[in-house]
Amino acid sequence: MSIFVDENTKVVYQGLTGSTGRYYGLLNRDYGTQVVAGTNPRKAGSDVDGIPIYATVAEAVEKTGATASCIFVPAPFVRDAVMEAAEGGIDFIVVITEGVPAHDEAWFYNKLKRDHPDVRLLGPNCPGLISPGKANIGITAGHIAKPGGPVGIVSRSGTLTYQALYELKQKDIGCTTCVGIGGDPVPGTSFIDCLEAFEADPDTRAVMMIGEIGGSAEEEAAAWIKANMTKPVVSYVAGVTAPPGKKMGHAGAIVSGGKGTAKAKMEALRDAGVRVGQNPTEAGELMAEVVAALG
Amino acid sequence: MDLFEYQGKQFFAAYGMPVSPGEVAFTVEDAVAAAERLGPPVMVKAQVHTGGRGKAGGVKFAATVDDVRTHAANILGLDIRGHVVKRLWIEKASDIAEEYYASFTLDRSAKLHLGMLSAEGGVEIEAVAEENPDAIAKIWVDPVVGLTPEAAAAWVDAANLNPAARDGAIDIVQKLYQAYVEGDADLVEINPLILTPDDRVHVLDAKVTLDANAVFRHPDYEEYDATQSRDEREQAAHAKGLQYVGLDGTVGVIANGAGLAMSTVDVVNQVGGQAANFLDIGGGANAEVMAGALEVINNDPKVSSIFINIFGGITRGEVVANGIIEALSQVDIDSPIVIRLDGTNAEQGREMLAPHLSDRLMLEPTMLDAARRAVSLAG
Repeated sequence: MSIFVDENTKVVYQGLTGSTGRYYGLLNRDYGTQVVAGTNPRKAGSDVDGIPIYATVAEAVEKTGATASCIFVPAPFVRDAVMEAAEGGIDFIVVITEGVPAHDEAWFYNKLKRDHPDVRLLGPNCPGLISPGKANIGITAGHIAKPGGPVGIVSRSGTLTYQALYELKQKDIGCTTCVGIGGDPVPGTSFIDCLEAFEADPDTRAVMMIGEIGGSAEEEAAAWIKANMTKPVVSYVAGVTAPPGKKMGHAGAIVSGGKGTAKAKMEALRDAGVRVGQNPTEAGELMAEVVAALG
Repeated sequence: MDLFEYQGKQFFAAYGMPVSPGEVAFTVEDAVAAAERLGPPVMVKAQVHTGGRGKAGGVKFAATVDDVRTHAANILGLDIRGHVVKRLWIEKASDIAEEYYASFTLDRSAKLHLGMLSAEGGVEIEAVAEENPDAIAKIWVDPVVGLTPEAAAAWVDAANLNPAARDGAIDIVQKLYQAYVEGDADLVEINPLILTPDDRVHVLDAKVTLDANAVFRHPDYEEYDATQSRDEREQAAHAKGLQYVGLDGTVGVIANGAGLAMSTVDVVNQVGGQAANFLDIGGGANAEVMAGALEVINNDPKVSSIFINIFGGITRGEVVANGIIEALSQVDIDSPIVIRLDGTNAEQGREMLAPHLSDRLMLEPTMLDAARRAVSLAG
């Protein structure tokens, strides 16, 4: 099994008519994802390589039965796009767009929680997620992931996610689902949400968790793992040498007031029984050992 | 984007918060002229993007215009935690009865806005939080609901300020919240917020950090972008639109993706070296971006080797290789370059690089091998 999405998930792409949305939307379809619709009020009635364009998400849901949405619209329009998706009946919203203002993120996170508690938001500023061999929603390169199991991956960083998928594939280890939760200050889906889903998924037997500096999501995940997780977890945290007060590329990757250091995160994870690699390669090797021990 | 104190005060004033009249000065003569217009006594305050100004001698009371001349001469050029003072804020001095603290920022863990208010102002809030956490009244605000007048009043009451400050404080915290939200700030902080002997509540200092992602809503913020403190390398990288952070080491780093770039800096450190920078060229890795990145790193005199770490996801290895080869034909690089190229079509990419390899351009199979080579070349 996979978590959140599979081969039956029907996805509408908000921003499919833009160049980035079109590029990845078609790549996702080639991978096997059910890309059933795009939206654009000014291009309703047209199509993108055979994928119908509707004026609104509500109409796309009505006509196609889409349950998931993937958002590629520019940052200024993300807030409205997220609410349009939720109000249109979508229950899984993936926001790839980067550069969304933090106040917008905080607002629509809480608005969804309040008015649409059953909707899951992933991102913004994330690579999306892939259930190898079943569905790929977002910008992950599908062919670097080996389908099957037994590993589930959750990560705050896009390229380190790819690195992890690749390292596992080199070792002939498959992945149930790989979720990129994104590097922004208010991610819609947290490490804990993913750990919980992996813990409940029978095909996932071990989890790779890739963190980075900033915030306290890794520490919270560590506490959750200690209390609830029965499956082995291997982790890597980027940014050990990051100077305080500097945003390291991601808006959320910043050590401020002595908080959010990689060292503290790694200690919390180790304390929770997680095996922590010093670099992505070592994390891959640790996971290979864990998988071998699963038998 | 960090604002100077005076920019922060102008930002607050636009939302109706009471601040003192003042003027910016870049020279001693400017400072003296400003003091004459304002009328002494005035405060002479260093404008730098760091705390600890008072302790460093960057904030002085001037009873007379002559005092202003002396203090301005001393403070201009002063080094405060690595920030050299280039501008002063000359402000009409205020009488202080009591000092408070007020701020709003995002609580990433609660995913709500967090307001902090304390009767113990004028000192570092981290110290108050450490020694006397009960002295800080906290409020978590749901952005959908906002800060209601009732909640603001209850919060102010919980902070145990002087009763004379109650109404003024309730008014100011609501305006502070409005400035925080409408202004797209990551942080708004007033320390100290003062009560004057004649019972007015007044903003005496301002620390504001704005969200660079929200500039599309605030075109006037470009002015602040121009006054950010960046070293020369960071300025050059910023002009090219690169995600760059200057560090102190000798190995120049180029990687695609923020996580991989951070990881690369870490790995350089793990194998005994030190990175000169963090640089994320993003997903594209085309010749133009690569050339720009190499140029920025090449202009850093400390750099003695360069480590290019690329993992091709959607971006294919041959495109990356082509970008590197083209970039090298555009820019003359002084330091040897070590490349690690992995991921999609990495094999083709490495084949394309093969005829260009020399003791100035090397290819290593893994991230660790490449880091070791780059570090040994850096000496």
